[in-house]
Amino acid sequence: MSTLHTVNKSPFSTQSLLSCLNHCKDGDAVLMIEDGVYGALANSGMSDQVKAKAGNVSIYVMTPDSDARGLADDKLLDEVSGVDYAGFVNLVTEHDRTQNWL
Amino acid sequence: MSETKKFLYVNRKAPYGTIYALESLEVVLIGAAFEQDVSLAFLDDGVFQLTKGQNTDGIGIKNFSPTFRALGDFEVTKLFVEKESLEERGLTADDLQEIVYEDEDDDWEEKPSIKLVSRAEMADVMADQDVVLSF
Repeated sequence: MSTLHTVNKSPFSTQSLLSCLNHCKDGDAVLMIEDGVYGALANSGMSDQVKAKAGNVSIYVMTPDSDARGLADDKLLDEVSGVDYAGFVNLVTEHDRTQNWL
Repeated sequence: MSETKKFLYVNRKAPYGTIYALESLEVVLIGAAFEQDVSLAFLDDGVFQLTKGQNTDGIGIKNFSPTFRALGDFEVTKLFVEKESLEERGLTADDLQEIVYEDEDDDWEEKPSIKLVSRAEMADVMADQDVVLSF
């Protein structure tokens, strides 16, 4: 049993990503969408906390959203995998529930 | 006919700055009619929804905090409140309203609806649900 968590706010304006990471269980996945993609930045104030979870939790970023914001792959954490809209649907089907961190 | 599912309503916003908190409560009350297994989670700024002594006379918005005390009558009896979220905001359980329900399986004894849980226990509550609705 596992959960797909989505985060759609910048971690620099709300605590949604932090709270999400603090409530994830091993085997869960976190998908950063919309302004949530800023959570995937390397060398940011949030990077260490994302990296610390990345071993036990799969971290994904919505590539159309990161592309839209000009976040090139080399600006993003190596621990984060990109997905497209079809990949989003797959993630939903691979987990037992989806929890949105608004 | 339909099987009972476990529904969790997650509340992470303070009560009056946005409409989320009121809308959540409205949805919980509507959902209560469907006789599902309902729990509410209060974490982050959501814990501010349950504080005592709210008085909205000066802001022209309905004070909906007394409505939480009616949830027991709709068989919504599990309000999980995260301890760490209270502590980070300088609150204790004493700062929250007393919310009770009458346990029909125990001679209608009044019991507290609010259950204080740790962050790790809250994660367990979340992982135990069929459906999670966030506000």
